[in-house]
Amino acid sequence: MKKFFQLLIRNRLAAAGGVALSIVVLLALLTPILPLQEPNVTNTANRFVKPFSEGHLLGTDHLGRDMLSRLLWGTRLSLAVGFAAAIFAAFFGAAIGIVAGYFGGRTDNIIMRGVDMLMAFPYILLALAIVAALGPGLVNALIAVAAVNVPFFARNIRGVTVGIAHKEFVDAARLAGLSNTRIILTEILPNVIPVIVIAMSTTIGWMILETAGLSFLGLGSQPPQADLGSMLGEARSALITNPHTSVVPGVMILIIVMGINLLGDGVRDALDPRLRSGALTRPMAATVVERESQPPAAHAEGVLTMTDLETQFHVGERVYKAVNKVSLNVAPGECLGVIGESGSGKSVTALSVMGLVASPPGVIVGGSVRYKDAELIGMKYGRLRELRGDRVAYIFQDPLATLHPLYKVGDQLVEAIQVHHKVGRAEAWKRAVDLLKQVRIPNAESRAESYPHEMSGGMRQRVGIAMSLANDPDVIIADEPTTALDVTVQAQILSLLNDLRRERGLAIIFITHDFGVVAQLCDRVAVMYAGRIVEEGPTQAVLDAPAHPYTKRLIACVPELGEGRRRLEAIPGLPPAVDRLDPGCAFAPRCLKKEAACVTREIELARVGGRAVRCLYPETDLKEAAE
Amino acid sequence: MTGYILKRLISAIPVLFGITVIVFLIMAMIPGDPATAILGSYATPENVEKLNRDLGLDQPLVARYFIWLGNMLQGDFGRSFALNRPVLDEVLDRFSATLILAGTSFVLCAVFGIAAGVVSAARQYGFADKAITFAVLLGISIPSFFLGMMMILIFAVNLKWLPVSGMYAIYGGGDLPDLFWHLLMPALALAVVATGVVARLSRSAMLEVLRQDFIRTARAKGVNERRVVWRHALKAAMVSIIPVLGIQAGFVLSGAVYIEMVFQWPGVGRMLVDAILKRDILLVQGGVVFVAACYVLFNIAVDVAQSLLDPRIKT
Ligand code: SF4
Repeated sequence: MKKFFQLLIRNRLAAAGGVALSIVVLLALLTPILPLQEPNVTNTANRFVKPFSEGHLLGTDHLGRDMLSRLLWGTRLSLAVGFAAAIFAAFFGAAIGIVAGYFGGRTDNIIMRGVDMLMAFPYILLALAIVAALGPGLVNALIAVAAVNVPFFARNIRGVTVGIAHKEFVDAARLAGLSNTRIILTEILPNVIPVIVIAMSTTIGWMILETAGLSFLGLGSQPPQADLGSMLGEARSALITNPHTSVVPGVMILIIVMGINLLGDGVRDALDPRLRSGALTRPMAATVVERESQPPAAHAEGVLTMTDLETQFHVGERVYKAVNKVSLNVAPGECLGVIGESGSGKSVTALSVMGLVASPPGVIVGGSVRYKDAELIGMKYGRLRELRGDRVAYIFQDPLATLHPLYKVGDQLVEAIQVHHKVGRAEAWKRAVDLLKQVRIPNAESRAESYPHEMSGGMRQRVGIAMSLANDPDVIIADEPTTALDVTVQAQILSLLNDLRRERGLAIIFITHDFGVVAQLCDRVAVMYAGRIVEEGPTQAVLDAPAHPYTKRLIACVPELGEGRRRLEAIPGLPPAVDRLDPGCAFAPRCLKKEAACVTREIELARVGGRAVRCLYPETDLKEAAE
Repeated sequence: MTGYILKRLISAIPVLFGITVIVFLIMAMIPGDPATAILGSYATPENVEKLNRDLGLDQPLVARYFIWLGNMLQGDFGRSFALNRPVLDEVLDRFSATLILAGTSFVLCAVFGIAAGVVSAARQYGFADKAITFAVLLGISIPSFFLGMMMILIFAVNLKWLPVSGMYAIYGGGDLPDLFWHLLMPALALAVVATGVVARLSRSAMLEVLRQDFIRTARAKGVNERRVVWRHALKAAMVSIIPVLGIQAGFVLSGAVYIEMVFQWPGVGRMLVDAILKRDILLVQGGVVFVAACYVLFNIAVDVAQSLLDPRIKT
């Protein structure tokens, strides 16, 4: 609650709206006791006195009535009418919505049909029809405006009620033999009141506007009584000669409605958890780079080399070290597996390469990624974009989400080609079909005309692979491309990738959480834990004799690989949150071999030949293994 | 596609019936004898008797409804006594003026609203975003009739750039440019609120879409940012923007009543207000049914547009 008010106050516009609104409401409440002139006493000798004249701060209108007094009385009336309309609409709308939602079935069906019918009207038109039937007048205008807003409330409240009506506590009350009325009043109503209040806050501005509108048309308040709308309506004939009589009530309506809207927006923003967490911010075209030091020299050869890469998520005050000094490299024709649990930073590592980490909150704070001789981290966006998809391509997990749902797959392939090559559409389409054939999609010509949702998961993933091949890249980064697929399809996709790499000399970085997949495809493997590499080496060597306790446990999770024995041993405990890492080994809380020394200081990645491990008491002594 | 359109048209029939029922029931709330109410000052005994005979006003409610509906289906919306001409003729005359006004406003609100929303989202928290957000807030808070009056004051009276009111100049007007100059202010005044609403929604729809995985795919392909925003993201965002456009169409269509009053535009809204004040019941009834029916048909067009955009919708 305190946080809510802090957020609200920090939002200066909302605060300004709140203050303006409070002043207006206060003035309206105090109007009867303020020393004002009579609002309805005419004095034709004193017509159209300009504002700021003596005795008439805001001047007088066409009948010589004091504008200030009329303005405050009119405001009072407009606010009262708008508020009353909101209460009426909320009351009847909520009643209808609760009945429909609580009883469901036929009742619900019939009521909601009626509501839909009402909503089929352009709604000011409906208000006009109601006023036409009841006759012009302020009360009738109020009824009309309230009535046309009832469907809106009914629909909202019904939705919420349906959700509550099947909760356990309601069932329990029913079993206890409480009457429906009792249940609605004691169990349902308290739960929907917040929704009603929020719906009122969003609509009250409208209702004030609409009642003012009807009065403006001469269908609302009748002379001599005047709300803001009818003041404006009466002033219209004198608009050109004496604009102040129009401006005064018009500006007041504007202040009121704007105040309500500002305050309402502020409240909604402050209540929205997504806004608070930054989940609604737009990711930039490329990940932000805030690297203070010079990029380090490449630690190894390769077509793609990452050195001490550091990517973090900055959320408010917190810093999540998702990728913590990761060094990896891959050579042409080689497949490097990067394995870890979700949250280990393996995907972020992959996305950092071409600046695809969503930013905000992602920030690359250090390290280097080198493609051939070009430094990718901090590269100008234009250059980086030229390399994306052309030299370094991605294959993503879950192609249903990663392919555009509204474009044909053929067109998505055509785009991938045309972004980097000046070719005509017909030519590009031909190439697109060829690509689909290369990834062994049957009936490629007709499949190119399909939309992603019309394909199976395996076919979609083949499209994803075809897209990554579109420009014959040097490096493919595959981020869990087979996770969503069943085992047979997975095997097909893996062998496809394997063939492509042999035929084209592609370098592949393969991100996965599954050692079985690594065993099938990868030459080398790097194991990540809590944003760091904990072990690295040739796949077979690591599988035969894992050095890091974590690697050993990961391997044990895969039945066919775990030393021939079929044991499924999940690793107890959870990977640590990367925003508050304790010193020393991150795996320590889950490690069975942990000693005091493990948590006192940083543990280096010890390299021996082609292998490396970050552990004080490794399962396999690498020096021995090397000999 | 034709099948889908047909299906939607058929499903609109019950809605159209519902509309006539609602309008009929509302009008049945008029206190007193209906014939006298309809005739108002023309209520001589002969007239009352004739009207009772024609419209079956002395019969029970249900019978009266079906007589009215039957007449309407034959194109007979009754007769306006105040204007002494058939309701349908008057409505059709006036509706064309409203259609020009509301149609222009609708196009304006769609184009500017979406553009503002996209720019706002693409520059989130930047200067353009803040400026647009504030302008939108101002736009949705200002009563259109007040805005219209202020526009007249500034652009017609003080600057003398545009005509004060009306649809054509009284002398020597009547051609397209003349219509254009007369249309400019009312169409803008009417479009402002709707533009604000569309801009707001487009912004949030775009922000939602820009975080999706397929946007990251487009970037990974090397698509440039402008194309990512205006093609990939906007196309996907349109799926949630189009229904709002449908709602806003209803808003400009009915909100035109204020603007027509302010600018003396000879549309259906002004006709309805005059009719209400003169208690010309049949004209109100017919006008409301006609406009509401047009809106229902327009919404079918919106659904069709949606199905053209989104292949996932079963047609
Ligand atoms: S360093 Fe210590 S705690 Fe960490 S994995 Fe090795 S033995 Fe376990």
